[in-house]
Formats: sequence, structure tokens, C-alpha cells
Amino acid sequence: MYPEYMRVSLNKVKKTRNKRFELAKSDKPVFPPMSAEEREQVLNKFHPDYKKDARRKINVGPNKKEIMTTEVADVLESHSRIDPKKFDLSKPDIETDVLVIGGGGGGCAAAITAMQSGADVKISTKLRLGDANSMMSQGGMQASVKEDDSPPRHYLDALGGGHFDNKPKLTKALTQDGPEVVKWLEELGVCWDKDEEGSLQVLHGGGTSRKRMLSCRDYTGAIIMRTLMDEVRNHPDQIEILEFMPTVELIMDEKGHCAGGVLYNLETEEYFTVKAKATIITTGGYGRLHIRGFDTTNHYGATGDGLVMAYRAGAKLMYMDSVQYHPTGSVFPEQIAGFLITEKIRGAGGQPVNKDGELFVFPREPRDVESSSFIRECTERNNGIKTPQGRVGIWLDSPLIEMLQGEGYINKNFPAMHRQFIRYDIDITKEPMLVFPSLHYQNGGIEINDKCETNIPGLYVAGEASGGVHGRNRLMGNSVLDYNVFGRRAGIYASEYIKSAKLGKLSLKHVSEYEKELKDKGIKTERVAPIILPSYTPEDVKKRQFTAHYEGTLR
Amino acid sequence: MATKKKTKNQPKKKDFVTVYIMGKAYDVPAKSTIMGAIEYAGYQIKRGAGCREGFCGACATVYRLPGDYKIYTGLACTTIVEEGMWLAQLPAIPGEKALYDIDKTKPDVNTIQRLYPEVFRCVACNTCTKACPQDLEVMDYIQAAKRGDIEAVMDLSFDCLCCGLCAIRCPAEIVQYNVGLLCKRLYGKYLSPKSKDLEKRLKEMKKNKYDDEFKELMKAKKEELKKKYYNLD
Ligand SMILES: Cc1cc2nc3c(=O)[nH]c(=O)nc-3n(C[C@H](O)[C@H](O)[C@H](O)COP(=O)(O)OP(=O)(O)OC[C@H]3O[C@@H](n4cnc5c(N)ncnc54)[C@H](O)[C@@H]3O)c2cc1C
Ligand code: FES
Repeated sequence: MYPEYMRVSLNKVKKTRNKRFELAKSDKPVFPPMSAEEREQVLNKFHPDYKKDARRKINVGPNKKEIMTTEVADVLESHSRIDPKKFDLSKPDIETDVLVIGGGGGGCAAAITAMQSGADVKISTKLRLGDANSMMSQGGMQASVKEDDSPPRHYLDALGGGHFDNKPKLTKALTQDGPEVVKWLEELGVCWDKDEEGSLQVLHGGGTSRKRMLSCRDYTGAIIMRTLMDEVRNHPDQIEILEFMPTVELIMDEKGHCAGGVLYNLETEEYFTVKAKATIITTGGYGRLHIRGFDTTNHYGATGDGLVMAYRAGAKLMYMDSVQYHPTGSVFPEQIAGFLITEKIRGAGGQPVNKDGELFVFPREPRDVESSSFIRECTERNNGIKTPQGRVGIWLDSPLIEMLQGEGYINKNFPAMHRQFIRYDIDITKEPMLVFPSLHYQNGGIEINDKCETNIPGLYVAGEASGGVHGRNRLMGNSVLDYNVFGRRAGIYASEYIKSAKLGKLSLKHVSEYEKELKDKGIKTERVAPIILPSYTPEDVKKRQFTAHYEGTLR
Repeated sequence: MATKKKTKNQPKKKDFVTVYIMGKAYDVPAKSTIMGAIEYAGYQIKRGAGCREGFCGACATVYRLPGDYKIYTGLACTTIVEEGMWLAQLPAIPGEKALYDIDKTKPDVNTIQRLYPEVFRCVACNTCTKACPQDLEVMDYIQAAKRGDIEAVMDLSFDCLCCGLCAIRCPAEIVQYNVGLLCKRLYGKYLSPKSKDLEKRLKEMKKNKYDDEFKELMKAKKEELKKKYYNLD
């Protein structure tokens, strides 16, 4: 339930609703979309990436001297968890064709196609299989399947959203494989939303010039992820799943090829070496680094581990200066601060309005632009609504959806959202939600080509851990597509590669060399990475943990 | 004692409640989620947290409340603590998953019989439904599975998080969530009406319909692309 003092503002939202409803029905844009210059302006002034201290120079590794998000540079300039001298690499504990690091959507897709190409696969994953950002996408997946749409149009939309910084070949692969991925997933048993004749239901997302968002009610990610997981589990002879066994370093061979990884059993605290002819990183994003103190929509294990290991091994990163904040993170009630409110709410007609119930931005600008204008409304213009805990947000008017789409629409199409709020006595069919941008997506990542190859032979990357596909700003629905398109490709190309791959002597020299580089550059720090899990232990508890050995955030 | 239990000299703070985490008392902020409370108490969760938003089912929790004989079930990430709550998280749920080849599995009652015969032991006690943190009609979908009504199972189990709380409470030892998952896959693959739009697009792609357009786009300079983009209708 909203506190009493918010009633005044809530009533204003109610009052303007009819007027906004008429406008929305008229088919004209409910608010003038911004020109290129206006977008530029609001980004420069209000996007968190552009704030002082938001970025700094990295001093070591393949991208040294480049400007990166500060928290990312910090985690890269950290010590390894392991001492290479303690490992006898002549006798690896496990041997396999393909090591997949990360059991989310990209990892499962890669495991499936690698297995289908005849490879023996191990999946190292941090939590349980499917405990991943992939499980959480509510909104949907973009793919151009309609008559009035086309893959090239999808390509242009993705480019525009990404400010034309996308790596063209990657974006081409993304949009070209789209329709096929829809089919592939359906053949695996994904239940797409359709009408009675089988016509796929499509909605708008931010920055789409055509309705292109496919969905599975608002459990899109959960349905796709569970389908992929179930398929992985149907093949225990070819795919072994190692849960609560994150990888903490890559292993190389003497020729500079990637040759597997060092895994850490979170429960017994043992380390294991895996020798693999090819390695695929699908570790997802970094929301749990809580960049600039933002809340995040990401799952518990999203700590950017893949970036850290790949970087130490010499892989090049791309666009690590750009962070995606989702415009509509929840800010009230406090317990669900940061939780994602799917963009589909706006796709279905929900409008962002300020404390006076007035629209102040076109509801479907690209994410960074939309987020920046929310921040502007709450700061410079002082038109936000404060929560009792001191957060501030603007309203996302969901009752309007029921007026536009018919009663019952929210319950049918947004059951997860409805459930999330009704627990706190907020009925989103009758009252709006209070929202503010939340740390959502790692725009950049490890540089790949359209075969998912990196600059290190034998090392493949797919999904959110990779960079370039979306330029500096991803559009909604393109990353579910991304992990499917590139997950599948990674599995295929890695298993092709292993046919001729011959590994030399295994080595962890890159870890010692990186340590040395840190030292040579005079970087003195106690940071240890990969972080593996964030710590939410209160400081006063930590003060009493006299015998806890914190390594990074994990004790 | 290494807990934050209120003692006589340490009165409980305002807006705090006492919860018993696996039997030990801790004072935690009222209105926190169970997950928040566990972390506030000082635990580093390893098992028992995934998405933290009610999607993954990693955080199944059982609890009792004072003066109440019932065992309650909930998700740690979305359930709010209450005064006197006695709780334990379930680190993992043992549940059999049938292996099958989706390409060779028919969407009918025989499949259910073959892969999950225990479904037919359901005594319709409704315990599963009561245990479901998503408020799904679990028993109804198990009944539908008995009839081979794959579509109904898909529909009723759509929002299932596979947290396993139904299975752990079921006297007939059914693994409901896996039955639901099987039926969803069978529905999606075999029973959902086929999309003509999609088939048409795939045919076009096979004939390389968009290759020329892509070629041009790949050659185009940034400025040209920008113009094209801002001119999209
Ligand atoms: C709440 C939310 C909603 C979203 N909604 C949408 C949407 O509607 N549409 C859309 O297109 N996109 C959406 N996204 C984005 C999209 O879901 C993700 O970008 C995508 O799923 C990433 O897939 P992935 O396989 O690359 O990574 P993930 O699915 O995150 O998988 C990474 C896996 O690697 C594991 N891992 C991490 N580190 C290690 C390690 N060191 N060793 C081993 N394993 C490790 C993780 O635990 C995890 O299981 C959403 C994201 C979130 C968080
Ligand atoms: S942590 Fe995923 S459902 Fe609770």
C-alpha cells in the first residue's frame, strides 16, 4: 500500500488518465519523440555514465590506457584467487572436448549445439543450472517474423539503438538468425504467445520501428531457460553439469591457446583443473557490481567473472565504458527496490508520468535516453515522488493498460508483475508503480567475431559476456535473441575447431604475468577477483568475524 | 551467544521482529524479505538464492508461525518476515526427472504414463496447491495430466518456478514441476498452432531474399545509416 502522503500525487495521475487515454487511442505519439540532438543532450547531462568519476583509465592488460567504467577497471585490476604454483597441470582432474563456463541461456544453447555436433561437454556453473539473468527476462525476444517487418529493418533498429557503434557483422548475425531461432526454440518446446490461428503475438519495445517482441506471457525467460535446461539434462551422457563449481581462471597452453579452466567447489572449497580443447565463456553480466551504487535487476551471480578471467588471459574487451540502466526499476516498496518492471508494460500502453500526472517523455525512447529523462525529471526538474526511505521515482501508469487493452489484460499478460506487487497490497490494475532506473545490462564485453571467436584461439564467448553486438546500448528483446543466436553459434564453431585443435603443455603463466604487471604498474590493492558472489553482510557483523578469511567478497 | 537475539539489556529496536533462522533467534528489520533477513543476520548465502526476484525457485523455504500448527511454504526472496517466524531454507530438492527424446515423444496420456507413472497415484489431497508460492492450481494440472490434457497442464503450470515445494509436500511423491515442464514442451512443440508468418519468413530467408539489402547496409557509411534509421517509418 502506498503511504498516505502519496495520495495527492496519485490522484493527479488518476485525473489526467482519461486525457492520456484519448491521446493514446488517437494513434499519434503520446509525446513527441526526441530528435538526435535532444537525445544527445539528455544523455550528456543525465546518464550516469557521463558523471564525473564514472569512468577511469585502466592501467594493465590488453585494453590498457582505455577509459572504462570505474568499477569494471577496479575488478580487472585485482589479484587472482589462485596461486599458479600450487597446481600440477600435467595431471588435469577432468578432461573434455568443450568446457562451457556459465549455465545460463547462452551456456545451455552452446552445450546443446556442441553436443549435437558430437562434442563431449562440461558445464561449469556458479549456482544451479539456470540461476541466471536468462531466467528472469519477462518482456520478450525480438525477431522479425511479420510481413511488415524484415531482418534488415531489425538490423537498422538495433544499430540506431546502439548509437551506430555496433559491430556490423555481429548485428547482422543477430538479426539474420532471428527467425530461425524462433523456430529452433519452438521445436525444443518453447510456448510462444500466439492467437488462435497460430499468428505470433508481437509487441513494441523501446526503439523498435515495428512490433517485433515475441513473448511467453511475462515468463519469457523462464520458459526459454527451462526448456533449454531440460534439453541439456536429457543428455547426461554427453553433457555433464557441474553446479556450484564456478570457474575462477582460464588455463592456457604453451602456444597461447585456451585449454580449459580452474574450477572452484563453492561448498568444499576445493579447486579442480579442467583440460578442454575449446572453452566457451557464457558467464553473463555484472549487475552485482552495483556500479555507482545503483540497485540491480540482475541475478545473484552476475559479477562479471568472465571478463576478469578472459582479460587476464589476454582477451580484448570492447565498450567497457557503457552501462545499461533499465528505465523502470521498482523503487517502492523498499523490499523490491531495483526489481525489473518489464518494458512491455510501456509496450502495452503504460505511460511514465511525473508527480503531477503529466507525461514528460515519449514512453519508448531507447533505454539510455528514456532512463536519462527519468533522472532529469527527478533531479533537475524536481518532479519525482519521494519514498519514505528517501528514494525518488516517477509513476508508471499501468491502469491505463487495462483501459487500452481491455479488462483482465494485466492478469493474463503480466502475472509475474501483478503477483510481485499484490504481495504489498498494490494492485497494478488500479494503481501505478513507482519507478527509477536500475542497473541492468553490460553493454560491452569480450570482443568476438560472428563465429564467437576471440583473439585467443580456442576461446569462444557468447551472450551478455560478449561485446559489440549491441553497440553502446542494447534494445529490449535483443539480448534474449543474442544468447540464443551466439550461444548456438559458439557451440557449433567450437566443436568444429576441436576437430583440428592440438593442445600443448598446460600453463597458468598468464596469471603470474598479470600479477607482475599489476606490481610493475604500482597497483597496490587487496581486491580479489572474480568476485563470485556479492556480499550483503552488514558491516557490524563483519567486524565480529575475526577468523573469516575474506577473499574478494567471499569468506 | 553469537546471535543478535534481544537480551534483557538489549531491547529490541523499533520496527524489528525476532525470527528463528534454523532455530537461532535474530532481530531483523520488520518487513524485510526472508532472504534479506538471513543476510542481515550475517549469513553469506551460497545455496538458496538465484534470481532474488521470484523467477528461479532457488529459495524454497519452510516456516512455522507462533501458536499455529501449520507448516507454511514460501520463497525467501519474496516472503516478508513475521514476528516469531521459525524458518529453514531447503538447499536442494531431490526430484526425479525423466529422460526423453523430445523428437520422439508424443503429446498424450501414454507419455505421462511412461515417464511419470506416479502421477496416477495422486489422491487429490490438494497439498501441492496449498504449498505453491505462486498460487498455482497444482493439483488441477496433475489431474489434467492424468487425463492427458497437455494443453491444460501447460496453461495451469505456465508460471511454475520449479521451486519444488509441491513435490516435497506430496504424499504420493509426485514431482509436479517436472510433469508441468514436460507438458509445456510437448505443447509448444506439437500442439501450439503453427505460425504461417514464421514459415513464410523462413522460406524467404532460404531464398536469400534479404541478402542484397544486407550487402548494401554493410557497405553503407555511418552517416547514410543514420539517415536511413531516422527515416524509418
Ligand atoms: C530481470 C531481467 C530481465 C530481462 N529481460 C529481458 C528481456 O525481456 N528481453 C531481453 O532480450 N533481455 C532481457 N534481459 C537480459 C537478458 O536476460 C540477459 O542479457 C541474457 O539472458 C544473458 O544471457 P547469458 O546466457 O549471457 O547470461 P546469464 O543468463 O546471466 O548466464 C550466466 C551464467 O553464468 C554463471 N556464471 C557467472 N560467473 C560464473 C563463473 N565464474 N563460473 C561459472 N559460471 C558462472 C551465472 O551464474 C549464470 O548462470 C533481462 C535481464 C534481467 C536481469
Ligand atoms: S531467488 Fe529466485 S525465486 Fe527466490
